[in-house]
Amino acid sequence: MTAYKIMFYLFAAMIIVFSVLTVTSRRILRAAVFLLFVLISTAGLYFWLDYQFMAGVQLTLYAGGIVVLIIFSILLTSHIDQKFTQAHWTKKIMAAIAALSGMGLCLLVLLNHQFIPGTNPPIQNNMTEIGTQLLSTGHNGFALPFEVISILLLAAMIAAIIIAKKGK
Amino acid sequence: MERYGIPLDHFLIVSTIMFFIGIYGFIVRKNLITMLMSIELILNSVNINFVAFNSYLFPENMHGYFFALIVVAIAAAEASVAIALIINIYRRFSNIEVENIDEMKY
Repeated sequence: MTAYKIMFYLFAAMIIVFSVLTVTSRRILRAAVFLLFVLISTAGLYFWLDYQFMAGVQLTLYAGGIVVLIIFSILLTSHIDQKFTQAHWTKKIMAAIAALSGMGLCLLVLLNHQFIPGTNPPIQNNMTEIGTQLLSTGHNGFALPFEVISILLLAAMIAAIIIAKKGK
Repeated sequence: MERYGIPLDHFLIVSTIMFFIGIYGFIVRKNLITMLMSIELILNSVNINFVAFNSYLFPENMHGYFFALIVVAIAAAEASVAIALIINIYRRFSNIEVENIDEMKY
């Protein structure tokens, strides 16, 4: 049991436990904090895979941005000490059956499939390479998706302001 | 196809479990914000898959990496629009439980 293995299983266990707590917690603010833990553990998995930039994006955008947005809207719309009523047990069981059967099917397919790794030599996964590929238009260039995503973010921002604006 | 003793399958198992926990939450929850949190769980699990496939199977290019980055950006856009809608719904109905929001239903 090396340190790498221990870290991986620690992060995996944290992800699963806090995911379950996110969807079962009866206090909404606690659910948001458990979601934050899930996202941070995911960033840990990205660090484990040596994808530092992805982990940084995960921490700043997801854990820093989206969770803060969610917590703000919780504070605007709910009472902090209000507890959810439990869902009806038939609904819970039906949802659990749906989720478990889907999970079983997916795991069955995944574990029976033989993944074949590429044989080409790996590229250097550093910041220079990421920046070059993200903004290049040639082979392995991602300039078009980058521009499309910036237009989409602009449109979403304007839409959010217009929808949330009060009155006329 | 192992890295530091961990096969690719373990990543896929973790992300599959997380995905279906998100599905369960989406079905069971009634509050709009908690449903949004379940959607974030689902998107996040898909991101783990992309990054793990990129790292294990195709280390010679970075397609999965950039796809995961774009999914994060779309999740941010989706969360901001959804929260604007939720705040607007709260102004109209004074709560955000899905079963009370049925004005356009009948």
